Amino acid sequence: MLTRRIALGLAANLMLAAPAFAQTPAPSGRFITVSSTTSTTDSGLFTHLLPIFQAKTGIEVRVVSQGTGQALDTGRRGDADVVFVHARAQELKFVEDGFGVERKAVMYNDFVLIGPKADPAGIKGGKDIVAALKAVQAKRSLFISRGDKSGTHSAELNLWKAAEIDIEKVKGPWYREIGQGMGAALNMASAQNGYVLSDRATWLNFKNRGELDIVVEGDRRLFNQYGVMLVNPAKHPHVKKADGQAFIDWLVSPEGQKAIADYKIGGQSLFFANATQPGA
Amino acid sequence: MDVTAAFSEAFRLILGADPKFLGIVGLSLRVTLTAVLLAAIIGLPLGAWLAVSRFPGRNLVIVLINGLMGLPPVVAGLVVFLLLSRSGPLGSWGVLFTPTAMVIAQTLLVLPIVIALTRGTIEELWREYREHLASLGVSGIRAVPTLLWDGRFALATGLLAGFGRASAEVGAVLIVGGNIANYTRTMTTTIALETSKGDLPLALGLGIVLMALTFLINGLAFGASRIGQRFAG
Repeated sequence: MLTRRIALGLAANLMLAAPAFAQTPAPSGRFITVSSTTSTTDSGLFTHLLPIFQAKTGIEVRVVSQGTGQALDTGRRGDADVVFVHARAQELKFVEDGFGVERKAVMYNDFVLIGPKADPAGIKGGKDIVAALKAVQAKRSLFISRGDKSGTHSAELNLWKAAEIDIEKVKGPWYREIGQGMGAALNMASAQNGYVLSDRATWLNFKNRGELDIVVEGDRRLFNQYGVMLVNPAKHPHVKKADGQAFIDWLVSPEGQKAIADYKIGGQSLFFANATQPGA
Repeated sequence: MDVTAAFSEAFRLILGADPKFLGIVGLSLRVTLTAVLLAAIIGLPLGAWLAVSRFPGRNLVIVLINGLMGLPPVVAGLVVFLLLSRSGPLGSWGVLFTPTAMVIAQTLLVLPIVIALTRGTIEELWREYREHLASLGVSGIRAVPTLLWDGRFALATGLLAGFGRASAEVGAVLIVGGNIANYTRTMTTTIALETSKGDLPLALGLGIVLMALTFLINGLAFGASRIGQRFAG
């Protein structure tokens, strides 16, 4: 009896508590949950985009930012309506496995190789990322890897492959996998003066730079494509199909693409809208 | 890093009364206080009952609950996450990534502390007053309300310990809340986020504000119990 009363009381309390919590709900009360990457949040892009979208449609967008692998998992479990990430192969597999409806290209930014100004590997100013990674490995210079199955992590692994280096085999104390987000990796590189691959947006927004600077940029292999997908309502019936699709359609519309292109820090564009580019 | 920069950030946050910042502080307090309230509603009677009753396996239950006081927040978060995920047993509730999920996770963290400290306090009172209460015809479970009322000042300390644990943790609320801006972002998850953005003065400034709030609440509770004790004679 007592436990039952407690259980009922708990349930009643939670129900009472829930509506009182919403801080800035859309007037319509409509919202969708988007699982996305740390780069889109840490760069400030969503803070710029979401109010524009909400003003137009009345739909509030709640963003959970995780590494790309984890963000796709969140979609797979049905805990998000839309997935917005950057790892083309993983995205296509997500759709192929029936978890997403259709992948649409949205925009790209680029990766930059960050390193200490002292430049122990002697690669500063280069434009060839593959040659730079070969030098880092040859000199056993300290390299910080995300090691968290994020989009940036898988891009880094692909670059090692392009450099014909089997990182699993040759990695030693100089190669540190930290299993954390972009900011944490940059903080560690800053504290230990190591090299680290970062997306440009997070780097531009990062404040604890210490002795770090960009050492390699501008290589085409460093381009980083973002894609967006609706979580498949056939797998997860509770997915907010109409509102989620409205967000996706807006992102790839001329208006959404312009809003993305308009986002700048210190006069620099962070993301380049390319929804209409074939094969992106 | 400059510590004075952190303090000036803390003052700027408090004096600036930025609505976004106040929203974060408000959410943190609401989630944590609701969790402590729920844990009190469940844990105080349960702890007192555990103190006055005797049943086989009681010692095992006590050891279990004492052990759960050390439940890592990240584990509590993971368990609640798996329960509330759309693919989990309680997925139909649809409360993952909401403040409600954060309240559930923090209640789970605070509850063992409240039960264990209540049991300890009440057991001592029970030893002291057992015969007296028995002579008034009050025994066992019926003595629980009297004992709880009598031990209220000591029990308040247990609730404050629970509050401290909940307001300080980041692992559980990060996993089940998702750190969504303007919705599930608390003081501790903001500190973690600003640290990852490399804005260390702002992160430490927020830490200073959080500590100031904790001192304030503990001070208020201490004052209230002092006044209460004076009137209680």
